[in-house]
Amino acid sequence: MRRYFGRKLLIYILTFFIAVTVDWMIPRFMPGNPITILISRAGLRGNAVSEMYTYYLDAFGLDLPIWKQYLSFWAAILQGDLGTSIYLFPTPVKDVILRAVPYDLALLIPSTLLSWWAGNKFGAYAARSKKLDNTLLPLGYILTATPYMWLGILLAWVFAIVLGIFPVAGGFGFDLQPDLSWRFIGSLVHHWFLPFASLFIVQFGGWAIGMRNLIIYELESDYSHYLEALGAPRKLVRRYAFRNAMLPQLTGLALSLGAVVAGALATEVVFGYPGIGYLILQAINNEDYFLIQGCFLFVVIGVLLANFIIDVAYLIVDPRTRTGMQGGAG
Amino acid sequence: MKRTTIFLVVLVTLSLLLGACQSATQAPVKPAPAATDAPAAAPTDAPVAEAPAVVDEPVAFERSETLYTSGTQWGPPSSWNPFNGGGYAMGTIGLVYETLYIYDPLADQFTPWLAAEDMKWADDTTLEIKLREGLTWSDGTPLTADDVKFTFELADPNGTYKASLNYIRLWNFLDSVEAVDDVTVHFKFNQTPYQEIGVFFYQTPIVPKHLWESKDVADITGGANEKGVGSGPYIFESNDQSRQVLVRNENWWGSEAFGKTPAPKRIVDIVNGSNNVALGLVLQGGLDISNNFLPGVASLVEGGYGVQTYYDDAPYMISANVATLIINEQKKPLDDVNFRRALAFAINTREIVENDYTGLVRAADPTGMMPTQDKYIDKEQLAELGWTYDPEKAKQILADAGYKDLDSDGFVEAPDGSKIELKVTCPSGWTDWMAAIQIISKGAKAVGMNIEPDYPTQGAWRDAQLQGTFELSIQNEAQMSSTIFNYYNWVFQNPATPEHISAAQFGNYGLYENAEAFELLNQLGSVPLGDDEALKEVASKLQKITLTEMPTIPLWYNGMWAQYSNAVWTNWPSAAEDANHYLPASWRGYWNLSGIQMLLELQPVPPQE
Repeated sequence: MRRYFGRKLLIYILTFFIAVTVDWMIPRFMPGNPITILISRAGLRGNAVSEMYTYYLDAFGLDLPIWKQYLSFWAAILQGDLGTSIYLFPTPVKDVILRAVPYDLALLIPSTLLSWWAGNKFGAYAARSKKLDNTLLPLGYILTATPYMWLGILLAWVFAIVLGIFPVAGGFGFDLQPDLSWRFIGSLVHHWFLPFASLFIVQFGGWAIGMRNLIIYELESDYSHYLEALGAPRKLVRRYAFRNAMLPQLTGLALSLGAVVAGALATEVVFGYPGIGYLILQAINNEDYFLIQGCFLFVVIGVLLANFIIDVAYLIVDPRTRTGMQGGAG
Repeated sequence: MKRTTIFLVVLVTLSLLLGACQSATQAPVKPAPAATDAPAAAPTDAPVAEAPAVVDEPVAFERSETLYTSGTQWGPPSSWNPFNGGGYAMGTIGLVYETLYIYDPLADQFTPWLAAEDMKWADDTTLEIKLREGLTWSDGTPLTADDVKFTFELADPNGTYKASLNYIRLWNFLDSVEAVDDVTVHFKFNQTPYQEIGVFFYQTPIVPKHLWESKDVADITGGANEKGVGSGPYIFESNDQSRQVLVRNENWWGSEAFGKTPAPKRIVDIVNGSNNVALGLVLQGGLDISNNFLPGVASLVEGGYGVQTYYDDAPYMISANVATLIINEQKKPLDDVNFRRALAFAINTREIVENDYTGLVRAADPTGMMPTQDKYIDKEQLAELGWTYDPEKAKQILADAGYKDLDSDGFVEAPDGSKIELKVTCPSGWTDWMAAIQIISKGAKAVGMNIEPDYPTQGAWRDAQLQGTFELSIQNEAQMSSTIFNYYNWVFQNPATPEHISAAQFGNYGLYENAEAFELLNQLGSVPLGDDEALKEVASKLQKITLTEMPTIPLWYNGMWAQYSNAVWTNWPSAAEDANHYLPASWRGYWNLSGIQMLLELQPVPPQE
């Protein structure tokens, strides 16, 4: 057990190190100089601009040699300091991201998990059922091929503008102050529903098709035929097939959970939902090194964390992993 | 499977709760600024009761008392510093911090605001500005001549702060600012730069000395200035990722001075999302005024969706600035005036206006003068030297100047035989401009000029201008202003003074050099305000240069995008005779271009039975 996790942990640390290094490098290879833009946007004039330029360079640590910048970047990260946003100067990146993260989690975790659960159930049910296979699965194919953006605009148009049941944009009513009241929570849910639905629907299609194909594959495998030959009830065979088919789906879930933090960029833009996806777009547009870094750092941490959770989940779900580990430890 | 189901349900519930609580825990923090500001601002009135730090009842803004705006903020509000010109929260200048004067571009008129009367000259070089009696900051402190002196001295290059604020230019001509008494300020100039003066007096926000004198220069120019105290009709109340909320200052000095109080108790400015979000909010009645560019808004105005614009038909919008093709004269062959001139004849501006904008804009005058500045155009000279879309003429100019297609690829080569490959840029995602540069590229290619459209990110696009690495680009920085000096200063900003700093460049990004034009610009700057004849004379000479030398090519007038709804608020500006003609604008720099007067005219729609 300890060796299993020890090895995993080492891999995670290595991945983290490489990912963060790449994360640090990418914005610095982008063309353009964010400080010039910051100063120009503030409309500063005259000779004293060069003073401000130096001040900002110093404030962002961009005047240091590149290797020093890299080292101080690591030092800062380990202290939980992600720097100051350029585009939202002088707000610290950490604050910007922490304000956005709750919306992402609330939107993406439920939509990913529920669509995974419902999609798998439905896919397994649909497999080998002629009627469903012929009617509903084509629908699944269409859904999974639908761009989030397009479906989002469609939902917003029908439910918000034509029917007027849901709001068009925002994380909560523009007329509310955040507090712990039923009205506010109601407003949160109200605004959450359409973005959630657009994500759920598209992902649902994907999972359902994946599961259906896996189940068919499992039902065709030797152990299923053997069980059938032994006269096992059809229900039992399908249950075994389902458990086996779950494993690849679980890995798929790990990957999409990791991407949760990156946010569904398109969905957030369509619904004006204040999550990280929208921030990433803005940060790139504004050459905000630190915000881009911060956002991607969260993505990296998210992917690693999700993978770790799934590793643990595998132990529970897949007995072979446990056996393998005991063998290794013994 | 059962276990997994339970696990899932728990996770989902947890994450939902987490989301709700995270947002909710911000609650006590957010309303606090209002709570601390309100008692001072309104010792007797109601708002105090509304903003206690901990609330049991949700603080919901009454729809009938709230004005929803959008179109200004492209990111979460992060600065309330009136000196952060392009980044401050909506309304920072105009609603919270005020200027000495308001300038109304449509009427070409200065209105005293903090000032009590028009500017007047005490002697040849001393300008006297009298303030109104009884001005106060929202914390109750009186606003006096000392505050005005302090504000202008912040930028004094020999003063205590030496802050590089944009009115530092004023100090090229200014010797000192004196507070003669509580309400009288004397500006002592060393020469008479008349044209520019007006601009500084309606653009410079007066800040409270008692709160700003302890700040250092970095804080003054770059600080966030959270909970900033101003003198205006509104106070910063709260903000989050998607909006800025301002609440009315119940003790605003103007209520007495003008006999008018702005009707909306709160103004909520919504951070711009994508176009479809703004459009949806307008259609749902969630926005009272949207200063966003909404493609195809004409069909909404005419389709009975309850959307109103300044004009009832094309171009629907007031012209706000000149979208100009800026040219980098440092790059070959753009340094050749013949090439630039041919390009001007090759651009089909009508197609941009009619197809790209569906008639929401007007084609620009070749001089670049705005419709409000029409009287400064030398019409005779324009008829002789102006240009229109004429591809044959463009080809002729190119051929005459020795541009030939040597390798038969359909594109001309420079007279020295070198290949020409140019890019015309605009930020990615600015769809109207993207379509415009496609039309430009198409027109140029049709006459044999190899110009490709290119869409960098906004930051890279801006940076290329500041660093002088662009080739051709669209820019519209020269906004409506009280003087044509601003436009010409943008076109001819002399880059050679005293040392060129790219970040401080505003205009003339192609670093075009023309000693005669720079000299004329100085002359233009020292024409006294109001002396239109002298202004026209210099302007005519400058127009001759822009029309023959083509340092930039004016293309169309970008609109003062504004669409408003009469569902909750009414009496919006309109071209109709019985309506008011102020600018329907919430953009930065526009509240003090009569936007604030528009706000004072707004009236609530009486509730329907």
